[in-house]
Amino acid sequence: MTTTTESATQQAVSGVAPVLTLRDINKSFGPVHVLQGVDLDVYPGQVTALVGDNGAGKSTLIKGIAGIHPFDSGDYTFDGVPVTVTNPKQANALGIEVVYQDLALCDNLDIVHNLFLGRELTHGGRLDEATMERRATETLAGLSVRTVRSVRQHVASLSGGQRQTVAIARSVIWNSRVVVLDEPTAALGVAQTEQVLKLVRRLADNGLGVVLISHNLNDVFEVADTVAVLYLGRMAAEVSVADVTRNQVVELITSGRSGQIGLQTTDDAAAAPLPELPALPALGDPTSADGVTP
Amino acid sequence: MTAPPVEASAAEGSPSAGPSGAVGSAMRDYVVRVRGGDAGSLPAVLGLLVLVVVFSVLKPSTFTNALNFSNLIHQSAAVIVIAMGLVFVLLLGEIDLAAGYTAGTAAAVMGIFATQRGWPWWVAILGCLVTGAVIGLFIGLLVARLGIPSFVVTLAMFLGLQGVLLKLIGEGGTVSIRESTELIAINNEDLPVTLGWILAVLTVAAYAYVTLRRATLRRAGGLQSPPNVVLLGKIVLVAVPVLAATAYLSIERSPRVDRVSIKGVPVVVVILLVLLVGLSFLLTRTAFGSHVYAVGGNAEAARRAGINVSQVKLTCFVIGATLAAIGGIMLASRNNSISPNTGGASTLLYAVGAAVIGGTSLFSGKGRVIDAVLGGLVIAVIINGMGLLNQPSSTVYMVTGAVLLVAASVDAISRRRAASTGRL
Repeated sequence: MTTTTESATQQAVSGVAPVLTLRDINKSFGPVHVLQGVDLDVYPGQVTALVGDNGAGKSTLIKGIAGIHPFDSGDYTFDGVPVTVTNPKQANALGIEVVYQDLALCDNLDIVHNLFLGRELTHGGRLDEATMERRATETLAGLSVRTVRSVRQHVASLSGGQRQTVAIARSVIWNSRVVVLDEPTAALGVAQTEQVLKLVRRLADNGLGVVLISHNLNDVFEVADTVAVLYLGRMAAEVSVADVTRNQVVELITSGRSGQIGLQTTDDAAAAPLPELPALPALGDPTSADGVTP
Repeated sequence: MTAPPVEASAAEGSPSAGPSGAVGSAMRDYVVRVRGGDAGSLPAVLGLLVLVVVFSVLKPSTFTNALNFSNLIHQSAAVIVIAMGLVFVLLLGEIDLAAGYTAGTAAAVMGIFATQRGWPWWVAILGCLVTGAVIGLFIGLLVARLGIPSFVVTLAMFLGLQGVLLKLIGEGGTVSIRESTELIAINNEDLPVTLGWILAVLTVAAYAYVTLRRATLRRAGGLQSPPNVVLLGKIVLVAVPVLAATAYLSIERSPRVDRVSIKGVPVVVVILLVLLVGLSFLLTRTAFGSHVYAVGGNAEAARRAGINVSQVKLTCFVIGATLAAIGGIMLASRNNSISPNTGGASTLLYAVGAAVIGGTSLFSGKGRVIDAVLGGLVIAVIINGMGLLNQPSSTVYMVTGAVLLVAASVDAISRRRAASTGRL
C-alpha cells in the first residue's frame, strides 16, 4: 500500500517510532462498511491532520481510537505494543485523550472541576481542591494560556476560544501521549482560531502526538506536519505536508487520488460508491422481461 | 465577533487590592455576581425577612412570641427534609412527585413496626429508612436504567404509594404512635437549655474553624483566598442568627408555666443541622457531589468524562427518597399518628416549592442543601402567619401559590441574566 511506504520513509527520516499505529482497521455499522483497511501512524512531537469529506469515516476512526466504538478488526499498536481498546477508560489509561467538537464541558462547574471531571483528586474521601487548583493553574501556564482570569470561573462565562482552551487543557493534564482534537476551530473567530492553533502546535512541541481533525485546509497547512486523507472509508494517503500542495489535498479529499498519490485505480473500482450498479442492468434485461409474459 | 467581555474585565477586581479595599472588592464581586444572575440565597433571605416583618407588624403579640417560633420550626421540619431530598433530584433535572407519599408510606411502616409489632423505636426508624431507600431504588432503576421520564415514573408512584399507604394503615384508619415516646420526642421535645447552648457554640466554633483553616491551607499552598475581614464577616453572619435563635429558644415559652415548662432548642433542630452539614459536605466536598452537578450541567459531557451517569441518577433518587422517609418520621412524630393524609395533600408541593424558593433551579445543575432550609422556612412562615391572621385556607393556598410563582420567576429571570452575562 502507498500509505505504508510513505510512513516508512517518514519514519526513516525523522528517526522516531510512531506512538500510535493502526493497521488494516475495519469497522462496520450494520451493513455499512465505514472503515476499510485503514492505516494510520501518529508520531510524537508531530501534528497529524486527519482530513476527509463528510462521511469519509473521520469520526468513526477517532471514536475507535478513543474506545467509544471499538474497531471490528485490525491492529492497534501503542508504543510498539499491540493493545486492545474497547472502552474510553482503556484509552485514557494508555494516555490517549480526545477533545470533542461539541466541547463536552459542564457550564455550571468552574474550570478546575471541568479539568478534573470524572477523575477528581480526593484525599480521604474529600476533594483535594487545593492540589487540583494548583495543577490546573500549572497546566494552563504550561500551555501559555494567559487569557483566563481565574481557574475558579464558571465555564459558562468563558469565550469560545477559552472554552476550547479548557477542553484542550483537560486532555493534557493527565500526562497524555496522544491528543485527538475534533475540529477545534470549527466555531471560532479569526483571532481565537489563531490562539487555538498556537496551542495545538505547542502540544506537539511538548512531545505529544497530536491528531487534528479539520475541514479547514488553512489550519492544516498552518500547524500540521503530516496530513492523512480519508476517502470513503479508506486511507487515501498519509503524507508529509511539505510534499503536497493544497490542491493535491483537495483532490485527495474529493476523489481519493491525485497524480501518483492516493488510492490505486483497482482500489478505486473496489471502493465504487454504488456496488449495486452492476445489478441494475439485470432489471432491464429483456430476457427477464420476456420471462414475465403472461 | 463580539469581544469576550471576560478578558476585558480581567484587569478590574485584581486580587492585589490592599486590605482596606479588600472588603470593598469582595462586596463589588458579590454585587456583580447577583446582578449576573447568581443570586444564591439572597432572594430567599430577603423574602423571609419581609414576611417576618410583615407578620410581626400585623400580629405582634402572637407571631413573634417564643412558642410560635418553636412551632414554626416543628411545622417546617418535615417539608425542609423532604425538600433536601428533592434538591438532589432537581439538580439532575429530574423530579420526584412521589416524595410526599414516600414519606407517608415509610412513616406507616415505622408506625406499624413500633405499635402493632411492638418493636423498639430504632428498629421502626430503620424500617422506615429502608422503605424509603427501596422506593428510591425502584424509581431510580426505572428512570436511570430503563429511561422512563422521572415525571411519569414518580407520577405513577404518587398514585401507587397512595394505595400502599391506605393498604398499610387500613381504609380510613390511622396508626397512632402516641405510646412510642421516643418517636413522639423527635419532633416535639426540646433539648435541655445547657445542651442547646453547648451545641450552638460548638456549631459556630466548628464553622469558624473550618472556614479559617481552609483559608490558611489555601494561602500556605500559594492559592488565592478571601481576605480575613470577609471570612470574619461570614462567620459573624452565621454566628449571630444561630446564637440569637438559641437564646430565644432558651427562654420559657410555656403558656401555663405552672403546669409544664417548655424551653430549649427542639431536638429536631439537631437532626436538621446534621443533615444540612452532612449533605452539604456530600454535594460540595466529595467527588460524588461534583458528579451530581456535572450530570445536571451536561450529562453527555459527564458520560464522556467517564462518570457513570445512571449510577449517579440512581443514587440521587435513593438519597431523595430516604430523606423523604426521614421527613415522614417528622410528620408522624408531629401528628402523633399516621393517617391516609400523611405526606399527602400539599406536602410534596410545599417541598418542591421550598427547594425552588430557596434558590434551587428547576433547570438542573444549580442548587444547594441550604436552599431547602431557607425555602422551607419561607413556606412555614407564610402558613403559620396566615393562620395567625385567621385567613381561610383558600387565601393561604393562593398566597403560597403566588410565592412559588415568584420564586420560579426569579429562577427563570436569573437564568436569563446568567445566559446573557455568561454565567449559569
